[in-house]
Amino acid sequence: MEHIRTPKCVSKYVVEQVKLLDRFSNKSVTGTLHLTATHLIFVESNSTSAQEIWILHHHIASVEKLSLTTSGCPLLIQCRNFRVVHFVIPRERDCHDIYSSLLRLLRPVSYDELYAFSYNPKQNDQQREEGWQLIDLAAEFERMGVPCDQWQLTDVNREYKVCETYPRDLYVPITASKPIIVGSSKFRSKGRFPVLTYFYQEKKAAVCRCSQPLSGFSARCLEDEHMLQAISKSNHNSRYIYVMDTRPKLNALANRAAGKGYENEDNYSNIRFQFVGIENIHVMRGSLQKLLEVMGTRSLSMTDYLVGLENSGWLRHIKAIMDAAIFLARAVTVEGASVLVHCSDGWDRTAQVCALGSLLMDPYYRTIKGFMVLIEKDWISFGHKFADRCDQLDPDPKEVSPIFTQFLECVWQLTEQFPQAFEFSEWFLIQIHEHVHSCQFGNFLGNSQRQREDLQLKERTYSLWAHLLSEKQNYLNPVYSPSFAESHPVLEPSTQAYHFKFWRNMYHQYDRSMHPRQSILKHVLTLKESNRELEGTVQALKTKLQKFGVSTSPLKPQTPPRERSLPPRPQSLILGAPLLSRKEVQQEEDEEVIGEEAREDAPASTGGERTVEGNSATENGYGELKESFGSKNEPSVVTLEFGVARMTC
Amino acid sequence: MELSEHIKTANVEDVTLKRPFHPALRGTLCVTSHHLLFSDRKDEASWQLLILLKNIDAVEKRAVGSSGTITIKCKDLLVLQLEIPGMEECLNIASSIEALSSLESVTEMYPFFYRPSHLTLHGPWGLSSTEQYYKQTERLWDRWRVSTVNSDYSVCPSYTSAVIVPREVDDDKLIRSARFRQGGRFPVLSYCHHRNGMVIMRSSQPLTGANKKRCKEDELLLQAVIDGSELGYVIDLRSAQQAQQARMTGGGFESKSCYSHWKRIHRHHERGKVVQESLIKLVEACNDPSHSVDRWLSKLENSKWLSHVHSALSTAGLVVECVERDGHSVLVHGSEGTDNTLLVSTLAQLILDPASRTVTGFLCLLEREWIQAGHPFQQRCAHSAYSHARLKLECPSFLLLLDCVWQVWRQFPLALEFSEALLLRLAQEAYASNYGTFLCNSEQEKCAAGVKENTHCLFQSLSKPDIEEQYLNPLYEPNDLAIWPSVHPQSLQLWTGLFLRWTEYAQNMVEAREEVWSIVKEHREKAGPDRSNNTPSTHCDTLTPFENLMDELTIL
Repeated sequence: MEHIRTPKCVSKYVVEQVKLLDRFSNKSVTGTLHLTATHLIFVESNSTSAQEIWILHHHIASVEKLSLTTSGCPLLIQCRNFRVVHFVIPRERDCHDIYSSLLRLLRPVSYDELYAFSYNPKQNDQQREEGWQLIDLAAEFERMGVPCDQWQLTDVNREYKVCETYPRDLYVPITASKPIIVGSSKFRSKGRFPVLTYFYQEKKAAVCRCSQPLSGFSARCLEDEHMLQAISKSNHNSRYIYVMDTRPKLNALANRAAGKGYENEDNYSNIRFQFVGIENIHVMRGSLQKLLEVMGTRSLSMTDYLVGLENSGWLRHIKAIMDAAIFLARAVTVEGASVLVHCSDGWDRTAQVCALGSLLMDPYYRTIKGFMVLIEKDWISFGHKFADRCDQLDPDPKEVSPIFTQFLECVWQLTEQFPQAFEFSEWFLIQIHEHVHSCQFGNFLGNSQRQREDLQLKERTYSLWAHLLSEKQNYLNPVYSPSFAESHPVLEPSTQAYHFKFWRNMYHQYDRSMHPRQSILKHVLTLKESNRELEGTVQALKTKLQKFGVSTSPLKPQTPPRERSLPPRPQSLILGAPLLSRKEVQQEEDEEVIGEEAREDAPASTGGERTVEGNSATENGYGELKESFGSKNEPSVVTLEFGVARMTC
Repeated sequence: MELSEHIKTANVEDVTLKRPFHPALRGTLCVTSHHLLFSDRKDEASWQLLILLKNIDAVEKRAVGSSGTITIKCKDLLVLQLEIPGMEECLNIASSIEALSSLESVTEMYPFFYRPSHLTLHGPWGLSSTEQYYKQTERLWDRWRVSTVNSDYSVCPSYTSAVIVPREVDDDKLIRSARFRQGGRFPVLSYCHHRNGMVIMRSSQPLTGANKKRCKEDELLLQAVIDGSELGYVIDLRSAQQAQQARMTGGGFESKSCYSHWKRIHRHHERGKVVQESLIKLVEACNDPSHSVDRWLSKLENSKWLSHVHSALSTAGLVVECVERDGHSVLVHGSEGTDNTLLVSTLAQLILDPASRTVTGFLCLLEREWIQAGHPFQQRCAHSAYSHARLKLECPSFLLLLDCVWQVWRQFPLALEFSEALLLRLAQEAYASNYGTFLCNSEQEKCAAGVKENTHCLFQSLSKPDIEEQYLNPLYEPNDLAIWPSVHPQSLQLWTGLFLRWTEYAQNMVEAREEVWSIVKEHREKAGPDRSNNTPSTHCDTLTPFENLMDELTIL
C-alpha cells in the first residue's frame, strides 16, 4: 500500500485486529484498518479469502461512534452508495483517532481537495482530452434536427450574463428575439427562461424547460407571454402547448406569496396548464431516509418490510416522476404538442421529467452512449446542482437530496418492464450512481457549467464517460434488441402500481447475502462474449487456412480430411479441447486480475461467503457453495467500488 | 349421457369475447360436457379458445338490455368476458357452466375422456413407485426397508401402499405407531441425504391428548431413525402455543421426556383457510387496476401471501441446516401432515438434493412428496381465487410450493433444469387438467376410481425425452451443492409470472426469454456440445465449425 500518496495533513494510519460485523447476521471477520488520504481500507487477516474493502472518503455520509462494548469500540459508517459498515476497534483511543480523522477528511473545504484533482488513471493529456470530447451536445441537438427552420441557437447566454446556471449554448424559437429572451428571463426564477431541451422531429414538437414565473398573485410579463407564444407558434401541429408544473398545486400556490408561482391561463394564450405533483427535495430526502432505515433493520419480517416500504413513500414518489414523464411523452408523441416543463428552479423535478420523458420518446437515449448524452444534457449542462444535492463540498444538509438517484431508479424500473429496450444493464446505472458521489471524475463536480469552467475540470480531471466506455462490456444488457427499438420507438410503460419494485441491487448492493446467488445477467453476458470470441477464433483460423491456400467453404463435418496420416487422430473433441481450455485459462487469467480487486463482491470466489442469512443463520456455517457457479467467467460487473481501488494503485 | 343434460343451449352465434390486452372478437360459443369453445370464424384459419370447464372458478352474469354478459374467472387467473345476444341463451350458458364446472364425481371428469392419439393407456402409470425409488437409492439399503403394511390402505388411508421405514422396526410396531398419529400418518422416510446419510422424516402430529398419552412403538420408531446418533430434530410447523392447544383436541407433540433424543423446534405456519384467503386477497389486489403504490403495497402486505412464502422457505432452510450443516436427522410435521409438512420437506429436498433439480427429478419429487404422500388435491384445489362458494377444505399449498420453488429458481437461475413455464403449467394442471395425476385425494381413492387404468399421467408426458423446450432452463448447469436461498424479505418477490400472467408485461418477458434461448443456442452451436451440459450428448460426427477448422489446421 506504499503507493498511496501520503498527504501532508494525515499520515497513513493503521489499526490491527479490527472486527468487521455483518449488518444482517452475527458474522464478523477480523482484519486491519488502514486510513489513507483518500480511502479507508479494511483488509481481512484470513489469508485464504482475504477480502478487502475500500471506502472512498467522499462516499462516507456519516461516521458514528457507538457506545463502548466489551469487545471494543464500535464505529458505524454509512456511505452514499448505500454501503453500511460496522467496525469494532479494540482500543478506544484508536477508534477515536480514526473517528476524528475521518470527520476532518469528510469535510473538504475546497474543490481542490476532491479526489478528482489527485486521481490519475495514467493517461496522457491527449487521452484525457479525448475523453472529454466524447460527448458533444451541439452534435446531439443536430441529431434531433436542431437548428431548423423554427429553432435556432442563441448566443444570448454566451457569457453567462442572462442565466448563470444555464449552459452557454441555448436553443430558442427563431421568433424569440433577444429582448423577449431577456425580458422573459427576468420574469423567471434564477433567470431560467424557457429553452429547448428535446425536439421530437417526427411531429416538430418541442420539449422546453424553465423555472417558475415570478407571477406572485397578479404580476405578468409580456415578454414571457411572447416567449411561450413563440414556442407554441413554432409547432404547426398543435394549436396549444402544455405547461407542466411538476409541483403539487399546494406548493405552487404557496410560492405565490413569495412573488413566484405559476402561469395564469388567462394571460397566456393557448396554453394548457397542468400540475403534476412531484414532491420537493426535502420530502424526497426524508423518504429515502425512511426507506434505508427500514431496509437496514435486522431480521426484518415480511410484514414490516412491506409496511415500511409503503410508509417510506419512496415508490410513490418514483411513480409520480414516471407518471409525469409518461404524460410528457404522450403529449409530444401522440398529440404532437409542445410541452414546457418547470418546477420551482427548474433543476430538480424538471430535469427528472425532461430526461425521463426524452428517454421514453427516443431509443437513442436507451443506448449506453445516448444515456451519457442525456445525462450530460438534462442534468449536467442545465445545472442540476450535483455539488449540493450529492453533498460534495461544505454541505448544507438541507440541500442534499436523492433527485438524481430517483432518476436512475425510474430508468431501472423501465428496464424491468422492457428487458430488451436498453443497451445497458442495471450495473451501468449503479456505476454511474457510484461516481456521482465518488468525486473521482470531473463530470459531476460543481453546480453549473460555469462553475465547472472556472474549476478547469477538463484540464485538471478526467471524464467518467471515457472510463465507463472503456469498460462497456461489463454494462451491456445481453438481451438488448435494437429491433425492439425499431418496433417500439416510444416506450409506453404501464403505471400499474405492481410494476414499481424495490431496487434491491441498488440499495443493498453491498449486502451480498441478499443477492441472487447466481446471476442470469452475468451468465448470459459471458455466453454472449464467448460467442463473440469463438466467432473471432473461427474467423482467424479461416484466414490462416486461406493463407495456406485451403478453401474453407465446403467444410462438411462428415468429410474426413483427405490427407490425414495414420494413426487416425483421436476424437476431434479432444483435439479441439486443448485450445479451448487454453482459451479458458487465458480467460481465467484475464479475469483473475479483476477478480483480485473484485473479490469483495464476487461471491463465487470466496466460498465461505455464500451463505443464507436466514432466520436461523447464525454463524458462517453455510459455506457449502465453493466455487460452484462459473465464477471465473463472470464479467467484472463487480468492480463497482474496485474501479476506485484499481485506479489508485 | 347425463352430463349433456346440463346443456340447454349448446351453441350461440355472434358472441363477443373480451380478453385482457386483446381486441374483442366475435364468433361462436359452444358448450360441451367438459369444454367451453369459442371460435371466431368458420373457415380453416379460425382462432379458437378452448377452456376446460373445470378450470372455471366463477361465473358472473349481468343483463344489458336484451343481451347478457358473462364474466368467466378461471382458476389459472384468466378473466374473460362473453357478450351473448339473448337473455335466455346467456342464462342457459351460465347455468351449464356452473353445473359442469363443479362436478364432484371423479370418473365424470375430463381425464377419463381425454384420449390423445400419441398416448396409450397401457404401461406403467407414474414415474416411479416407492419400491423403485428404494431400489435406485443404494444408500437406503443398509438401514431402511420398504414396508407394505399399508398395502390395503387400512393402516393409513392417505399413504401409498408401500412406505420406507427403518429396517429394525417391524410392521406391528408401525401399525401401533399409526394408531398414535393423526390420520394414521406414522413417521416415514421422505429423504436420505446423499452426503451424510441423515434423513428427513414426515408424519402427522402424535395423539398425546390432554393426559399425555405415550406410544412405546412410536418412540422406538423414532429412536430407530436416529440409530445411536445423539440427536434428531422435530420441526413442528405450529407455534409452541398451538401445539399445546392441539392437546385439548386429542393432538399433541413429542415431549422431551418421552423422546429424549429429539429436540423440538416450533415454527408457526398458517394453514388451510387462512392461506386460501391470502390467495384470494392477493389475486384481488393484482386485478385491481385503480390503486396507488401505497394501496398496492398495503394490499400486498395485507394478503400475507409473501409472508407464507417467507416462512415456508425459512423453515425449509432450517431443515436443511439441521441435515446438511449440523448432520442431524429431522422429523417434520404439523397437524395433519398433508400440507405444510409436504411443502417444507419438498423444499428442503430441492435445496439439498441435486437430483431433484432436473426435470425428471423434480417431477419424481412431486410425485413422491405430493401425490404418493397423499396431499388431498381434490379438496385443496376445488376452488381457486375467484370462487364465491363457501370455503371448505380449499388451500393453495401446492401453489405456495411452486411459488417457493420459483423464488429458489430466481436466486439460482442456473441450478434448476426446468423453467418457470413448467411451474406455471403445474400450477394450472393442479386445478384443471386433461391428466389424471392430480385427481382424487390419495392413492387409495385413485385406485378405487380406476384413475391409473383410465387416465394419462401428466408427469410421464412432461418428463424427458420428449419434453418441450419451453420447460427447460437454457442456463442449467448441474451443481452438486446445496443451494441455500436467501430469505430476507428484500430477496423475495411477488411471482409476477403467475400472478400477473395475463398482463401486457408478460409478453415482454417472453421475448426476453426467447432472446436468452437464442444466445444459448448460438453458444452451443459454436462451442460444441462438450461445453454445454444439458444438450443430449452428440457424437463426433457433428462437428462445430470450430472443430472443423482445427482439423484442417492440424493436417497442415
